[in-house]
Amino acid sequence: MSKNNLLVSLENAGIYKSPKWLIRGVSLEVKSGQIVTLIGPNGSGKTTTAKIVLNILEPDEGSLKRFTNKIAYVPQKINIDWTMPLRVVDFMRLTNNLSNNEIIESLNQTGVEKLFKEQIHGLSGGEFQRVLLARAIAKKPELLVLDEPVQGVDFNGEIDLYNIIKNISANLNCGILLVSHDLHFVMSATDHVVCLNGHICCSGKPSAVIKDKAYLELFGEHRSKTLTYYQHDHDHTHNSDGSVSS
Amino acid sequence: MFDDFFTRALVAGIGIAIITGPLGCLVIWRRLSYFGDTLAHSALLGVTLAYAFSLNIAFSVFVISAVIALLLLNLQKRTRLAGDSLLGLLAHSTLAIGLVLIGFLSSIRFDIMGLLFGDILAVTVEDIALVWIGGFIILGILYFIWKSLFSATVNYDLASAEGMKPNIYNMIFTLLLAGVIALSIKMIGTLLITGLLIIPAAASRNITNNPKQMVLVAILIGILSVTIGLFTSLELNTSSGPSIIVIALILFIISLIPLELRGKLQK
Repeated sequence: MSKNNLLVSLENAGIYKSPKWLIRGVSLEVKSGQIVTLIGPNGSGKTTTAKIVLNILEPDEGSLKRFTNKIAYVPQKINIDWTMPLRVVDFMRLTNNLSNNEIIESLNQTGVEKLFKEQIHGLSGGEFQRVLLARAIAKKPELLVLDEPVQGVDFNGEIDLYNIIKNISANLNCGILLVSHDLHFVMSATDHVVCLNGHICCSGKPSAVIKDKAYLELFGEHRSKTLTYYQHDHDHTHNSDGSVSS
Repeated sequence: MFDDFFTRALVAGIGIAIITGPLGCLVIWRRLSYFGDTLAHSALLGVTLAYAFSLNIAFSVFVISAVIALLLLNLQKRTRLAGDSLLGLLAHSTLAIGLVLIGFLSSIRFDIMGLLFGDILAVTVEDIALVWIGGFIILGILYFIWKSLFSATVNYDLASAEGMKPNIYNMIFTLLLAGVIALSIKMIGTLLITGLLIIPAAASRNITNNPKQMVLVAILIGILSVTIGLFTSLELNTSSGPSIIVIALILFIISLIPLELRGKLQK
């Protein structure tokens, strides 16, 4: 698949759960090789939006067009009951058949290859998060949806995982839709930011969003200023919609 | 070979244990034990209808169980009552309707104890054929949908997002569950069939550490329960269903020992 193929396009999507609209008028696009992030306060509809993109929820208005079926998902929360005996290796094979080598390779990328035979129930929050990410990578997806993938991971681990996420988008040329609270990573390493609060407050390149009034109101001028905006080195430039122009 | 009633019971019972192993694991993983119970209670209505209209018992029970399962899904959409309340409502109302209908059928000789607790004397060669052919079909379907069903059991959203179509397979699973209850009603009885689904699977969980192993060991424990249970039933002249379940319980208690020992070693 070449770069900049449109993978998914959400148009004017809304979900109504009585008595209110959880989200409304949300549009976004993800192209291959691109990282699109969703930011916003709790209850702003980030996970809901991600679930529409994944076809888990059907929008009550608006439409979703998807151009790939190779999708991997890292959900925000997974509880696996003790009743279900499950080793990491079984979990890795949950939705597709992988060889042991492929599994170890992916676990290796997220630094948890020694957990191969461990029971899922015995993992710490951070370890489990790494396994979740490894499972998603192992699928070699064209579209990867990550819902707060670094929660519960220690500080160094966070940096590791974000680096891995950047690498996936570059190496696999897959499009990534990321829900994140980490404004530093969002602003420094992603191509397109969508700022949600039930509707789209603002969206665009990080450098544009960070100056947007709506963004400043949502995240507070003080907080957003203390974050240094890190201009990353790119070997390409972006169009206004976040796509890469060659 | 099947002249002897005991051999017939054994062959049918082992067939049932092979089907209930994997389905039982799914039932406890999905926390559906009370759902299995509801289907089993409604089976009495199925049996009554079978007598009233001279239908095949397994067929009639299967149809009623399937209807109850669909009713439940429908009720869940209409009301906000919790799942267990709805299950209780369906279980006891269908049981009551079944018992009321039996009252109207006083002209027909009806062994209600056999229905509730199973009757090995009643197992015919046709029953064996039904169990093994039906079981083969159920396990065949289960094998084909296992990946989707299993991933949806671990996490519905994940399975749904990654194209495993869990809603369709959940429905199929429900029908399979109705099928296994229909097949085993004569051997185990309506009151105890959930026991044969749950107890071997639960015992197996205590001594296994991955899903495949748990399914295989659950089948083994089921076969052991049926075999020893039937021998006991013959020796002590007790009902076949309860004898099988009591043996399963004993095996469950034995399965706790390795857990206890491991706990002690870690201290």
